[in-house]
Amino acid sequence: METEKCVGCQSCMFACSRRVGEAGLARSCIGVRSIGGMERGFSVVVCRACADPPCAKVCPTGALVPREGKGGVRVLPDRCIGCGHCREACIIGAVYWDDETDKPMICLHCGYCVDFCPYGVLGMQEREVENAEE
Amino acid sequence: MLKNDPLENILYIDLTRRTFRIEKRPELFEKYLGGTGAAVQLLHEECPEGCDPLGPESPIIFAVGALTALFPLASKTVALFKSPLTGNLGESHCGGRSAVSIRMAGYGAIVIKGASSMPVYLSIENGRVRFRDASTLWGMGNFSSGRIIRENETGAGLRTIMRIGKGGEKLIAYSCVTTETFRHFGRLGLGAVFGSKKLKAVVVSGKSSLPVSDKKEYRRLYDEVYKAAVESPVMKKYHDLGTAENIVPLNNFGGLPTRNLTAARFEGASRMSGETFAEKYLGRRLACSHCPVGCIHIAALREPYEDISYFYKTSMISYDYEPIYALGTMLGISRPADFLRLMDRVEESWGMDAMSLGVILAWATEAFERGLITKKETMGVRLKWGHVKGYIRAGGYIIDQPNDFYRALARGVEYAASVYGGMEFALAFGGNEMPGYHTGPGAHLGYLIGARHSHLDNAGYSFDQKVLVKKRLKPEETIDALLAEERWRQILSSLVVCFFARGIYTPELVTRLLSIGGIDLSAGDLDRIGRKIHAEKYRFKMREGFALDTVRLPERIFETPSPVSGLDRAYLTKALSYAHKTIEKEFDAAP
Repeated sequence: METEKCVGCQSCMFACSRRVGEAGLARSCIGVRSIGGMERGFSVVVCRACADPPCAKVCPTGALVPREGKGGVRVLPDRCIGCGHCREACIIGAVYWDDETDKPMICLHCGYCVDFCPYGVLGMQEREVENAEE
Repeated sequence: MLKNDPLENILYIDLTRRTFRIEKRPELFEKYLGGTGAAVQLLHEECPEGCDPLGPESPIIFAVGALTALFPLASKTVALFKSPLTGNLGESHCGGRSAVSIRMAGYGAIVIKGASSMPVYLSIENGRVRFRDASTLWGMGNFSSGRIIRENETGAGLRTIMRIGKGGEKLIAYSCVTTETFRHFGRLGLGAVFGSKKLKAVVVSGKSSLPVSDKKEYRRLYDEVYKAAVESPVMKKYHDLGTAENIVPLNNFGGLPTRNLTAARFEGASRMSGETFAEKYLGRRLACSHCPVGCIHIAALREPYEDISYFYKTSMISYDYEPIYALGTMLGISRPADFLRLMDRVEESWGMDAMSLGVILAWATEAFERGLITKKETMGVRLKWGHVKGYIRAGGYIIDQPNDFYRALARGVEYAASVYGGMEFALAFGGNEMPGYHTGPGAHLGYLIGARHSHLDNAGYSFDQKVLVKKRLKPEETIDALLAEERWRQILSSLVVCFFARGIYTPELVTRLLSIGGIDLSAGDLDRIGRKIHAEKYRFKMREGFALDTVRLPERIFETPSPVSGLDRAYLTKALSYAHKTIEKEFDAAP
């Protein structure tokens, strides 16, 4: 990510909601906000696909499952009780919240937003990660 | 309109009683699309005839449109109010995060009435309004008040922070409201209306979901609009150099107002060009929410402190064509750093409309040269073309208003000239200070007949350069063309589509996009709605005393040659009389 090139248009955020066919921002798992005023530029907050995801480690019901060899997690909504521990464990704030279902929303790394970044700030990268333990 | 679309919600806020209510008004959006169309209806409902623009009964209306947060570039918020500058229709448009935030907070429009007894700011979320004490913020500039509110409120990245500077607090007739530090409801004095209500700021935030009629078709259409926005050559100029790109071509054309329009070419144009700013000062590019274009150009100005060595201040200052014209060429300023210093004060501290202020200072400079005013009036400030220090001091005095002269300047150029003379070179149209185009009869007629006396009402400057430069038209034909453009622009500003995207948003595309939001209209319907909205605006203007047949023509525009011929009093008078009749007819025909 080359965030210094981000102009803050938030096209990625709208793309993320559109991925599920929705308009608006309620379903976005990516966020763009200024670093204390627009004159200083922006930060893009999205799941970094940690090799050993803290969000999964604190989940009491096993609803967040580390993705095999890819980093990041899958959310299993049926197991989730909406406790919000995952949100607190993510120190970059990349666990978004679905207020309708009261459950977390976390980037699936599908890459849909990348196609709607006009300045090449976002990119997709394949990488092998070793999961801590299976 | 689709079921559960939050667009239908109108938030009414009463600052006197500190109460709010939400009403469902789907018809405002089904019939008028939102934006200026919905807002002018609300203005007729909420603004008592003949009221004091700065009285508690005078409303502030914000509206967004049916395409906001659905499609790219529908990202403007329209503000309607009674203008303290002209005494009739006040209309100003602003981007930033404002439009998306309002719709995402669950509203199509916000109406603010009453007045607080102490400084307040409003914090607006879905279904909730908080009235916050703003006593500490009163007297602060745009940057500081923005920073403090940012730290005190939630919703980073999903909010707009609209605020006023000292100009609004001091009720200066052309003070602005700033959002996201660098975007403005610039024209016609919304800042003073905020100030009169002791309203320092409005924060709006939200993150909701919007219904669409067809998910698959929505994504397909979105891709079409997005692709056009990032690839179309019609967007390129806004993207690369920004609007400042216009300086050189307008100067070459001979339509760049210079030194209070004593000339229409500026010898310092290349030094003040978009190219120079990009090369030497461009520090960051920004975009409004949901607009991939990123036309906002921010200069970085690094200056040493005079009193201590090895200390520097780096200021981030936005620039565009219009401020460079008004605070640059109109004042004979040819050093970019000098322009930026003045612009920084205007934007950060004073919170005034750069265009009005520049025209007022230009008039004052000429009046000073001619001896209509002296150092006695200016309190020792020597107003001289190109001398930025004098302009910075004078601007500060407009804020402080230490004497009658500066109090007069705070009311606009026409008022100042009515007291001190020099009306023939007081460049205002319908009471609003002149935009930066002296291209020919199209530009000036456009300002005169435009509902808000802005160059963007009907783009007469563009009509000069594209049509009248090649072919002389009868006054009636010119008026018909300008009115047709202005009626279509009612549709764009009701959808709150940025005018920069007018090349993309054709009537045909608009009808397809609207159907995604469950509004089915034909191109013919859009034409009818545009006429109706335009007539409603004129109905308000005339109700408040505006008359096209008595509007003042500043002598100066006939003295300085314009590149397109036909700019003479007889042509303009004939055109205005025809415009007057045509608009009255339209007005009678409107149901």
